[in-house]
Amino acid sequence: MESTSHAFKDNVHEALRDERLQRALGKMKVGFQGNRRRAIERLPEFEALRDEGRAIKDHVLEHLDFYLERFESRVVEAGGHVHWCRTAAEARETIARICRDAGARTVTKGKSMVAEEIAINDHLEREGFEPIETDLGEYIIQLRREPPSHIIAPAVHLSKEDVAEAFYAAHRDLDPERSLVEPTALISEARAMLRQKFQQADVGITGANFLIAETGSTVIVTNEGNGDLTQTLPRVHVVLASLEKVVPTLEDASTILRLLARSATGQEFSAYTTFSTGPRRPGDPDGPQEFHVVLLDNGRTAMLGTEFQEMLRCIRCGACMNHCPVYASVGGHAYGWVYPGPMGAVLTPSLIGVDAAGHLPNASTFCGRCESVCPMRIPLPKMMRHWREKEYAAGLTPATQRWGLGFWAWFARRPGLYHLGTRLAAGLLGRLGRRQGRLRRLPLAGGWTDWRDMPAPEGRTFQQLWAERRESARREDAR
Amino acid sequence: MSEARDRILGSIRTSLKRGPLDGERLAAAEDRLAAHRRNLMPSRARAAGEEGIELFVRMATEVAATVERLATPQDVPDAVAAYLAQHNLPAELRVAPDPELDAVPWERRPTLTVGRGRAEDRDATSVTGAVAGVAETGTLVMASGPAHPTTLNLMPDTHIVVLRTDRIVGSYEDAWDVLRARGALSRTVNFITGPSRTGDIEQTIQLGAHGPRRLHILLVDGGDGDGASA
Repeated sequence: MESTSHAFKDNVHEALRDERLQRALGKMKVGFQGNRRRAIERLPEFEALRDEGRAIKDHVLEHLDFYLERFESRVVEAGGHVHWCRTAAEARETIARICRDAGARTVTKGKSMVAEEIAINDHLEREGFEPIETDLGEYIIQLRREPPSHIIAPAVHLSKEDVAEAFYAAHRDLDPERSLVEPTALISEARAMLRQKFQQADVGITGANFLIAETGSTVIVTNEGNGDLTQTLPRVHVVLASLEKVVPTLEDASTILRLLARSATGQEFSAYTTFSTGPRRPGDPDGPQEFHVVLLDNGRTAMLGTEFQEMLRCIRCGACMNHCPVYASVGGHAYGWVYPGPMGAVLTPSLIGVDAAGHLPNASTFCGRCESVCPMRIPLPKMMRHWREKEYAAGLTPATQRWGLGFWAWFARRPGLYHLGTRLAAGLLGRLGRRQGRLRRLPLAGGWTDWRDMPAPEGRTFQQLWAERRESARREDAR
Repeated sequence: MSEARDRILGSIRTSLKRGPLDGERLAAAEDRLAAHRRNLMPSRARAAGEEGIELFVRMATEVAATVERLATPQDVPDAVAAYLAQHNLPAELRVAPDPELDAVPWERRPTLTVGRGRAEDRDATSVTGAVAGVAETGTLVMASGPAHPTTLNLMPDTHIVVLRTDRIVGSYEDAWDVLRARGALSRTVNFITGPSRTGDIEQTIQLGAHGPRRLHILLVDGGDGDGASA
């Protein structure tokens, strides 16, 4: 997927002005947060399970080569194939080759963020295949030719009217007078359209929430059942997974599954959790005849052993973005690439470079809610800070910001001067804004005052107030 | 792509500042894989016996499955016919070619048309068994094989599951023990919790996105030694 992360600031201005988007985001916040809270309140062990989940993933990352090799041998023993790919280009070419070898025309797809990461649909189209997204949200955005705006709810930015528009435009064979007012009508129509595609498909591509080293199984977690039809009906099943998805055993996957749905949608468990091991067996009446796993690195192994290693614990539940005030204001598209929200702010610079995505780790107030809800306890704010430091060290921050920081640092190292300066500034600004209690315009702070007023200081600095308080407390005591 | 394989494994080892695992660390990792050690188990997942059955029913009902308890497999045809009539569904069934379901006397309800085998798109209702029911979340465990085509779990609008009460276990881990005891893992193991659903349109949950819109569980009081053991 082509990144527009470098244009984050423009994207944000656009998003804030988009009324439809703002309405959708308002709805989203209420739903996800409340559902998650209710689900975890019902499981007293939830916090302890977070520790267990973290320990499993940390163990895997320290032994990643071992578990990947074991996973590979088990897949091969079950009659499947494993394709190791270092880059997005290698993965695209591998999948296109599997499709060519299968003589494929129609290729159905379950929802996969890694597939978005490598932009497989565009590639398959260029190669003459017809890729069809089958997750309802992904299908809608494929019709609209836009990227997902959320990792578990790709069409969360759209209203049902938007969906109806897309269906009228795409399903030309149907009666143009039909009613698509009710969501049930939309769902029935999508179901009927996609049923045909499921049956036509020669190859089905799914992602994976887990890879199980013990058994060579791949795991998908869905609610619609589209991933299951995608991987059951065609002759060939291709699993596209990034390599950090591996866990040792079925027990380990079960532990993390207890965290996943509760953190993501607030469900106790998703409707379909499916474990696939190799192709269909002799005597099986259905299932694919070929099973391929495409294992993608794309920069992840280089994160091991760095301050960003812990990011590889991420299970893509979306809780961080569901609780992020920045995401809630601007939505997912503003982030400009596949992974939005706090996890995207950390992962995107790792995968496409801090020069292309430096704005993202800066788009945080460091309120810490993302870390507090992350089921894998990933220290997201700390890692965003690491990216800011790297961005600064690489000389990528704008000159005004560097100059400003330099000036502040010089000033802050001289406490006497600092106190004098801030006292003068607070006094001056307090007098200027005394009438309205706020300032409409400030030199050098247009970035703030162009959009909102600056509350006027009350005339004294924090240091002064602190000293006065201590003084009066001392007098109280002395009395 | 063996070059890519070597490079990726090499990159992992370079980043972790070590060579391939050996000695004690290798043995420890092998042990961990072989032991199938359980991690922390929620107390809810330890429900057993009648308490486990109650929890299973409660959790399955919560996710919009429907549950009916029957005394014997002999009662299945009547219950199925009544369910179909109640929902105005055609009296046609695609039944899994499962020897355990051979014990069901379909001929008691001659109006039911019963076909066996995998599902096709025109099949409106399927009937299958299940390897286990997991009480902690009301989850059904299905394993693919000659006796249980996966398409039966997915394609029909209505999925009816016949589950013996002695197949209800507390946790997912218990279900893995049952599956491991059966031998090599099937090509597909489905953990199914309620009917198909989507929240992709304005976050409003709608049932029947791609899979069944109705999931009806017939709990048959079991363990009568009819040869149908796990």
